Amino acid sequence: MSTQKEVKKDKSMILQKEMIAKQFHDLTTAKEKGKKVVYTFVPGNLSELILAFDMIPVYPEINALQSGMRKKSGGFIKDSEKIGYSEDICTYVKCDIGMLLNGNIGPYDEKIPPPDLLLLSYTGCFTFMKWFENLKRLYPDVPVAMLHTPYQESGKITEEMINYMVKQLKEEVIPKMEKVSGKKFDESKLKEILKYSKETQELINRIFETPKNVPSPIDAYFAGVYYIGPINTGFRGTPECVEYYKLLLDEINERIKLGLGPVTPEGEMSEEKFRLVVEGPPNWTSFREFWKLFYDMGAVIVASTYTKVGGLYELGFRHNPDKPLESLAEYCMNCYTNFNLPQRIEILKKYILDFKADGFLIHSVKSCNSFSAGQLGMMRKIEHDLGVPVGFIESDLVDPRYFSYSNIKNRLESFFQMLSQRKSIMNAN
Amino acid sequence: MENINQIIEMCQNIAFDINYAYPKQWKKQSNKRVLVGYFPIYFPREIVAACNGIAIGILGGGDYKEVVKGDAYYQSYICHIPRGIIDLALDGHFNEIDGFVFSSICDVMRNLTGIFQIHNIGKFSKYLDYPQNFQSDIGGEFLRKEFEDIINKIYLINGIKPSVQDFNKSIAQYNYNRSLLFEIYDIRQEYPWRLSASELYTIIRAGLYMPVEEHNQVLENIIKEISKERNNPVDNIKVIVWGAFCEQLPINLIKSLELSGCFVVDDDFILGSRWIQGKVPENTSDPLGAIVESYLQMSTFSTSVYDVDNPKEKRLVELVRKRKADGVIFAAPSFCDPALLDTPMCQKCCEENNIRYISFQYSENTGQFKPIKEQVGAFADSIKLWEDTTTLIKQ
Repeated sequence: MSTQKEVKKDKSMILQKEMIAKQFHDLTTAKEKGKKVVYTFVPGNLSELILAFDMIPVYPEINALQSGMRKKSGGFIKDSEKIGYSEDICTYVKCDIGMLLNGNIGPYDEKIPPPDLLLLSYTGCFTFMKWFENLKRLYPDVPVAMLHTPYQESGKITEEMINYMVKQLKEEVIPKMEKVSGKKFDESKLKEILKYSKETQELINRIFETPKNVPSPIDAYFAGVYYIGPINTGFRGTPECVEYYKLLLDEINERIKLGLGPVTPEGEMSEEKFRLVVEGPPNWTSFREFWKLFYDMGAVIVASTYTKVGGLYELGFRHNPDKPLESLAEYCMNCYTNFNLPQRIEILKKYILDFKADGFLIHSVKSCNSFSAGQLGMMRKIEHDLGVPVGFIESDLVDPRYFSYSNIKNRLESFFQMLSQRKSIMNAN
Repeated sequence: MENINQIIEMCQNIAFDINYAYPKQWKKQSNKRVLVGYFPIYFPREIVAACNGIAIGILGGGDYKEVVKGDAYYQSYICHIPRGIIDLALDGHFNEIDGFVFSSICDVMRNLTGIFQIHNIGKFSKYLDYPQNFQSDIGGEFLRKEFEDIINKIYLINGIKPSVQDFNKSIAQYNYNRSLLFEIYDIRQEYPWRLSASELYTIIRAGLYMPVEEHNQVLENIIKEISKERNNPVDNIKVIVWGAFCEQLPINLIKSLELSGCFVVDDDFILGSRWIQGKVPENTSDPLGAIVESYLQMSTFSTSVYDVDNPKEKRLVELVRKRKADGVIFAAPSFCDPALLDTPMCQKCCEENNIRYISFQYSENTGQFKPIKEQVGAFADSIKLWEDTTTLIKQ
């Protein structure tokens, strides 16, 4: 019988927990304090703008993934299906609708207040739009502010794209935020917030560069999803957020100095056998079991694309306080799923080379066409161009019915065997 | 003039030809001609016509192209249409098609642009990002740049920049084309037995592969034929079929719906051909601006268009009333997030308006129609029986 080891938590972990607990407390007491609540999405989130109006953001997909981790999503999904939502569609949406049908009790067992504004930052995922169209029917009196983010179809961001977004911000989004919040837009306040954002982005970029060390001091996927928590969920643009990432970076640098590998839920990883790059979101309903399949085999994820859904910073983008609205627009277009497939392939190839990866793995999720559609084509191209071993596993985000432990384990074992053999051959040569 | 059966047969040969022989033959007649493939739903074909080309609709491999390679590109939980398209592309069916335009209707179609780009299929692959902001100076300005980009891409192929006159002429032809299509729908509303839904589907689909002037001739002839009696009226219910905006129903499935006791009096099959609900100004000095403005102001409702200011379910109910339909059949492709996320909203609205409905899912290569036929047959019977009971109660 296996026993769960007690793992000493790093200071950054404790700090993050406190930050999130406070955020949820603020949220649950928002209405009594007269604070307005904005529902919005992580990719292309306008957290700085929301903070500039003293409103509180809520991210339905974060609620869904938290519900998944707390084994609540299965019931919510079934409840949505009972009222007509197909088995085939995005389970984040169904989990959110199901949560609403059950009184909107959030993952921390506290009621999430209804929105005062639905801020539809429509970036990198078409289903977001359908999701909020559905929420609009459930909250008929709540206004929707639509911000359409153009896709990087030609592989670049043009002046026209920025202008289009800035105009939407000026004429659609900001006026609605002013009306809902009862406050005038204060550009100087936004600029101040963006200074912190810029600093945070610099720090997280440095954090995700650290797995270039051997051994990698962090797991850039399984632990990475925790690291991106504060920057993606309403803290970006605050001094606490900067402090959190400074602390985290210090801890990681200390690990590098000591030559330590990543921390897992069962303690430090003893030996780094395989370095992998992973494409696609993780599974949330069996997150721990999923992670364990990797660290038990000595596999560490040195770079992942999922951790870039809320912003990709290694190509140089930082919020620019001197051009606040233009900068918000560019940020929205710089989220990973807003990059076209050839760009995504180049990003992945660079990860594989720069982080000295032994293999490339796709975790394809049923729910997310934005990620999944085309992944097999991407995999073929990467395998062809780099000759790197590739692997492919499938499950879902928050629908437990689609996580097949034995199937994934079998596939991963074959993949690791392949990597092992390849290493032996290369070492022999 | 050929008789109606001959016209339909001719359309059938063109509409379902996955080698696109008819438009390719048209292209061969001049090296200045271009073919631009476009994917569902809507693309203003006027633009390509003005640039001396035909915009041809790419609707997947249906049930007549065996998918072999496509399954190696798409997981089982992704809809069927991109697989068929990949097979068509990799097997050379798209050779001689100069470029491709993918509309922003969903993430699968968006990412398919990338697969085309990776494989260098055609001389260009353009993802046409339709704005979800419908103000002229915001979304309109952005859309104009998108259209200009396509015109420039075609110019690099055939060196033709359309004049204002070219544009206006093209707009007039497509205005006429849509008006003829609307007229056919109006005739069928009263006399649906004169032209079956599958025949109409074939005729509209053929229009995606020929110059608009030719298609207008076809439609004129069809109108002449169905303005007089044809076939025998039968006791079917009238339905609207909704949800098939992208991946098309197999033609035999459309036939099965009719054989199950339904007249399909409106639908969203090949919706792009009837997208603009009015006349695009055809004598302006800014024809591209007229096309842009028509998109912003005169688009029909569809799952791909952000709609909270003009909810689609209300427009669907209006359509039901206009067509005097007895019910709605929600037919959505499997794994189609947009259509399937619309369905509960639309069904709820139908319930609130006492409109009966059923729903089913399909794939473009669905081969088993029996369960759907039985479901639809039961639906039709229930409406007929209910109508009778209601009549009796009233008496």
